[in-house]
Amino acid sequence: MTRFIERNIYWLFPLPAALFILSMMAFPVIYTIWVSLTDWSMTSSGTAQFIGLQNYVDLFKDPRFYNSIKLTLYFTILAVGVETVLGVGIALILNRDFKGKNIVKGILLLPMVATPVAIGLAWTLFYEPTIGLGNYLLHLLGMPASNWLASNTSVIPSLAIVDIWEWTPMVTLIVLAGLAALPNDPYEAAMVDGASHWQVFRYITLPLLSPTILVAVVLRGIDAFKTFDIIYTMTAGGPGFASETLNIYAYNLGFGYFKFGAASSALVALLALVLGSSLLVLWMRRSWEE
Amino acid sequence: MNNFIKRSLALAGVVVMTVAMTGCGGSTPKATEGQKFSGQTVRFVASNHTYTDAIKPLIPEFEKQTGIKVNMESYFEDQLTQKLTVELTSGASTIDVFMTRPLQEGRLFSKNNWYESLNPYLGDAKKTSADWKWNDFQKSAVAATTLKDNTYAVPIVTEWQTLFYRKDLFEQAGLQPPKTLEELEAAAKKLHNPAEGMYGIVSRGQRGAAVTQFSSYLYAYGGDFLKDGKCVLDSPEAIKAIQYYGRILNNYGPPGVTNMSWPQAQALMASGKVAMWTDASTLLPGLLDPQKSKVADKIGLAMFPAGPGGQHPYMVVPWAVSISAQSKNKDAAWEFVKWLSSEDIMKKAQLAGNTTTRNAIWNDPAVLAKLHPGMAEIAKQMGAIAIPYDRPVMTAVVEARDSIGDLLVKSIETGGTADIAGMVKGVVVKVNELLTKSGEFGQP
Repeated sequence: MTRFIERNIYWLFPLPAALFILSMMAFPVIYTIWVSLTDWSMTSSGTAQFIGLQNYVDLFKDPRFYNSIKLTLYFTILAVGVETVLGVGIALILNRDFKGKNIVKGILLLPMVATPVAIGLAWTLFYEPTIGLGNYLLHLLGMPASNWLASNTSVIPSLAIVDIWEWTPMVTLIVLAGLAALPNDPYEAAMVDGASHWQVFRYITLPLLSPTILVAVVLRGIDAFKTFDIIYTMTAGGPGFASETLNIYAYNLGFGYFKFGAASSALVALLALVLGSSLLVLWMRRSWEE
Repeated sequence: MNNFIKRSLALAGVVVMTVAMTGCGGSTPKATEGQKFSGQTVRFVASNHTYTDAIKPLIPEFEKQTGIKVNMESYFEDQLTQKLTVELTSGASTIDVFMTRPLQEGRLFSKNNWYESLNPYLGDAKKTSADWKWNDFQKSAVAATTLKDNTYAVPIVTEWQTLFYRKDLFEQAGLQPPKTLEELEAAAKKLHNPAEGMYGIVSRGQRGAAVTQFSSYLYAYGGDFLKDGKCVLDSPEAIKAIQYYGRILNNYGPPGVTNMSWPQAQALMASGKVAMWTDASTLLPGLLDPQKSKVADKIGLAMFPAGPGGQHPYMVVPWAVSISAQSKNKDAAWEFVKWLSSEDIMKKAQLAGNTTTRNAIWNDPAVLAKLHPGMAEIAKQMGAIAIPYDRPVMTAVVEARDSIGDLLVKSIETGGTADIAGMVKGVVVKVNELLTKSGEFGQP
């Protein structure tokens, strides 16, 4: 028995992990692709039929699909962009030693730990135009009141603010780890050469930190593309369809209209979008380095 | 000596045990008639509703009476539909009893055979005794939960469109509760004072949720959703109604209306920021609860006003209780359904603020005395003029509501001045498409 294990150890040890990936990740994706090729729906008569790529044809003709892609990209770029800048800034500040540093770190991490649905409900109250604190704050700052979630121009920025509040700590954590791993030599050399703080940041810290920042951007980007919890609890895709990102659209198709075939095709499109964007970013990084 | 003690202790022990056993044996009751299903468990999936709040504390009584254990879960209405659909699709669900919305899911669930037909239970005298009084249920309520002669659920509450208004503000301004839509708009204009934080009127504006509250406005103009299985929202009356709804909410409503379903609108009314609110009668308890409402003693009720097309607010059965066709304990489930819709329990629910479906309760002077002033008269008058649906009655109603609701949102955003006549054509095409796909197009 032990000789069998010893001889075949190379494929025996990874076997449990491989089975897990196969059943929990590969199977759902393959099944979704399969369902997207049928017209399975609870509302139409008859049983599910194989219809090939018809769902995709219908999807590409649907204005709501293009609307959702546009909104998804708007939300993702806005949220991840601000999160990265803020996250790096906060990480640089936290990298120094100061009194109460650990307490500040603890407080800063709290938004990440809270339940997303509770966050959504609390922020919805905050954003209520008449009785919420959001407009009260704007009033104190002397700015005009906003409709926040109820206006189709301000709904995506309002949602992005919640996402930024919730996930900047994650970017901070990743960048802090990267900062801790930076070598000291370039800094000592720069000090000797008389470089200013800004020059140190721009020519030493930033380039050395860029792989870490890229990791944070890709991770946050993938999650932001798929954001569901805060959008669903706060606006359910509204007002009208002004915050219906691709994930929310797929959810409405699947669990609102019970058109599982159409929903699966939207989800495959989402998968392609996320995968494509991540590969694009990683390819861009490789071409930068050359 | 030791031996003696040991033996006498053993003897004493045997004597005690024998007495205990015979004592126990004598006091164990034989299973009574009501304990037929003792030991079984019923899984009840409910919705967050005043009726559920009323019966929840009474469930232990049922458990004691029958020996059936009840496991109750409760969800917000949309999540309930989704949860039920996902579980019942699997075909192996353990749900026994669930609350359902006949207008929202009745057709969909019936099509998929997820309701257990109640006809055999109601017709069998052994399963349903005459003193449960099935024929005491309101005729219109039973009609709402019966499809092609098959009763699939027991209706438990009715609701109708009501105008909630602030008695104190109306007195101050010397106004009477509006009887026509013109008077409604005038009153909203007079009481609208955003500088002081007071808004004239509020109603649901969130995409799908707005459709049901808009329906009474639609009927008051003489319009309708469907006629003979075709969408008729492009009629001039319907277009006028859509413009009216957008106009009053944009001009005299609070900001953020397009993101409001009933919880948000109710919160605004309860915090005293709005003079009038049109919504379902079942939401009254939230306004009268002194814990939740700042204006609990200032709320007045009025019939929904008449419009150019007459006075036809909706009166519907929003919730009913049914047995899952996949349940393994159908008889125990039926006992539970009978209990929670029995006259005794329903009366308690009515006294807690629900508007239920049994005639005896509405004729009971003790109950009528406890109702909010105006409620009973309004309910009586409604019977003759009300329309029994508040949304297009079709299988793909969710998608239709989203399409119609989007148009309502656009109307509210532009105060009714957008090209409604042009945009409604797209909605009509979409709804007709949905009717065709489910085989309901052209069917009356």
